[in-house]
Amino acid sequence: MKEMTYRDALRLGLQESMQSDPTIVILGEEVGRYGGAYGVTKGLLQEFGEDWVRDTPISEEILVGAAVGAAMTGLRPVAELMYVDFLTLAMDQLVNQAAKIRYMFGGQISVPMMLRSQGGTGRSAAAQHSQSLEAWVMHTPGLHLAMPADATDAYVLIKHALTLADPVVFLEHKGLYAQSFPFNPESAPPWGKAKISRSGNDCSIICYSRMVQRSLEAATQLAELGVQVDVVDLRTLHPLDMETVTKSVRKTGRALVVTEDCLTAGVSAELSARITEENFEYLEEPVLRMAGEDIPIPVSPALEAASVPTNESIKQSILKLMRKK
Amino acid sequence: MISENSRHLYLQLLRVRTFEDRVGELFLQGGSAGTMLHLSIGEEAPAVGVAEAMQPKDSFTTHHRGHGIFLARGADPKRMLAEIAGKEAGYCRGKGGSMHIADRKLGHLGANAIVGGGIPHVVGAGLSYQLLKVPAVSIAFFGDGAMQQGNLYESMNLAALWKLPVLFVCINNQYGMGTRLDQASASLEFVKRAESFGLIGKEVSGLDVEEVKEAATEILEMAREGKPAFMKIDCYRFHGHARKDKSPYRDQNEEEEGRKKDPIKFQADRLMEQGVSISEMDIWHKKVADEMDEALNFALETQEPTLNSMFEDVYAPNLTHPESVGSRIDRALYSEILDGDYR
Ligand SMILES: Cc1ncc(C[n+]2csc(CCOP(=O)(O)OP(=O)(O)O)c2C)c(N)n1
Ligand SMILES: [Mg+2]
Repeated sequence: MKEMTYRDALRLGLQESMQSDPTIVILGEEVGRYGGAYGVTKGLLQEFGEDWVRDTPISEEILVGAAVGAAMTGLRPVAELMYVDFLTLAMDQLVNQAAKIRYMFGGQISVPMMLRSQGGTGRSAAAQHSQSLEAWVMHTPGLHLAMPADATDAYVLIKHALTLADPVVFLEHKGLYAQSFPFNPESAPPWGKAKISRSGNDCSIICYSRMVQRSLEAATQLAELGVQVDVVDLRTLHPLDMETVTKSVRKTGRALVVTEDCLTAGVSAELSARITEENFEYLEEPVLRMAGEDIPIPVSPALEAASVPTNESIKQSILKLMRKK
Repeated sequence: MISENSRHLYLQLLRVRTFEDRVGELFLQGGSAGTMLHLSIGEEAPAVGVAEAMQPKDSFTTHHRGHGIFLARGADPKRMLAEIAGKEAGYCRGKGGSMHIADRKLGHLGANAIVGGGIPHVVGAGLSYQLLKVPAVSIAFFGDGAMQQGNLYESMNLAALWKLPVLFVCINNQYGMGTRLDQASASLEFVKRAESFGLIGKEVSGLDVEEVKEAATEILEMAREGKPAFMKIDCYRFHGHARKDKSPYRDQNEEEEGRKKDPIKFQADRLMEQGVSISEMDIWHKKVADEMDEALNFALETQEPTLNSMFEDVYAPNLTHPESVGSRIDRALYSEILDGDYR
């Protein structure tokens, strides 16, 4: 099967979307001449011209705010925030404006924009360049939220997201860009559907973004110990496909939620509460969570690596869930 | 000779003031949704003057004190008051209210309750017009308070950098809520600030609606050609910040002096000089009062939203069938302008 890097798959998705929708305009810091801080938009300026791939000043609020206004008036902007950590500077435009405009205005005005960014640990980028802030986005009604775990999903999700009528936050993982994955868009489930990345009957892992990879690796090791894990990759956090999650949990009776964002009031809290509420009669054990530690991300590679779930810690949690430890 | 323009502008000023009066009435009768009602009494000339200078395809955003601008732009006072009452027949189905009123068809991209929140949107709209080759301008209305908000300066810089068809209009009523402008801003040289970004700057008094309209017409034409601009219009907030505020922090003499600069009286005097009789004026006043009374009754009587509507409009209903690019643009621009070869 064909292989592709996560970065190239994103670029291909953007490029094909721009070819078929001439209203897509990319706005962001260093997206044009520099080619994007992580190289995702490299070459797009040359193909589409500087009107449509626009380097902006280092002004996050207007970068997102202009995208909101442009989306209201006919364009489909893709605003790139170099790091999701910089969302703090654009939070009003995302949360009070983009997310609420359709509702506040009684359904009259759409905001078909995308906010692309990347987060997560893995590069010793320290506390202001390594966070996983998806819970803030998921906490805001009116936004879609996609978090692809591999190249195929990077491609199919970005393409679909660029046809939606409402604002989409598209969060990539900095640790995945350079990795190669099998590339098979035909195999991908539709938008809003989770995928079973590995099938097993003993317990379920519910995860997304880079934690899918770690969960799969843990599952491979667990198989050697005789534990068969169902790995559910959520792909989008809004829409949230509880149907697939529930099906898996009812099959296995045990669920571990794995997220990179920090534990307290994080996505893992929401997911485990929902799994519990919706599968009250079906759970053999309480739902467990593995999440980032409740600390700012430290720069030390050793500390950074230990601050988020690892293959080993995921494996240990599953053993606990299976009462094998 | 009686000028038709003078008469029309006077009627518009009067409609705005009478409308705001009925908003107060709606509140007193217990019919308003909440008390966060920011009246533009005393600020009619900036609203009417600029709105009357706009072209049909132009768009705008306003601050929380935006009733007058929207009404002058052509809004239906019935649907406005119904929205302020939180009713289904309002412009936003009773979900936005006074501070979030909007109307796609009139190019109203929304009133905003975040001070400065709507300013970046006109920069984005300006980008749409530039890239889609639409001969329109997008206008941000905001108060003097937003002159101290950072996003204004990000917006000014980008509009100037990209030469977007954008106009920034500061309606300077001298106060934030209770904080006087000179207690909030180290410098009052707002036009200079704008000019330092490369914008065209203009300062006018908000007393004479005809002067405002003339200045706005001129500056809008420059903006339309890709020379973004800033206008500061000085006026005085006649009453409290919101419906319940009695402005105890303001000096009485100051208030009396401020209220003497009344744009409606100013325009009435002009019309009298042109030869309009008192009895003629009375007829106009009666007509406007009737229009706004009818709107008030409508707002009070029209039905509440159904509870189910609470869950509607969070997301577009038809996610599985994305709209075609062409129809999306048509809808967004409420017009037929595009020739399709903009890239
Ligand atoms: C970001 C933000 N900060 C504070 C407020 C609270 N607030 C509402 S109106 C207002 C004063 C605004 O003054 P100005 O911009 O001059 O407008 P005016 O009310 O005078 O028309 C304040 C502080 C708010 N709504 N939004
Ligand atoms: Mg003010």
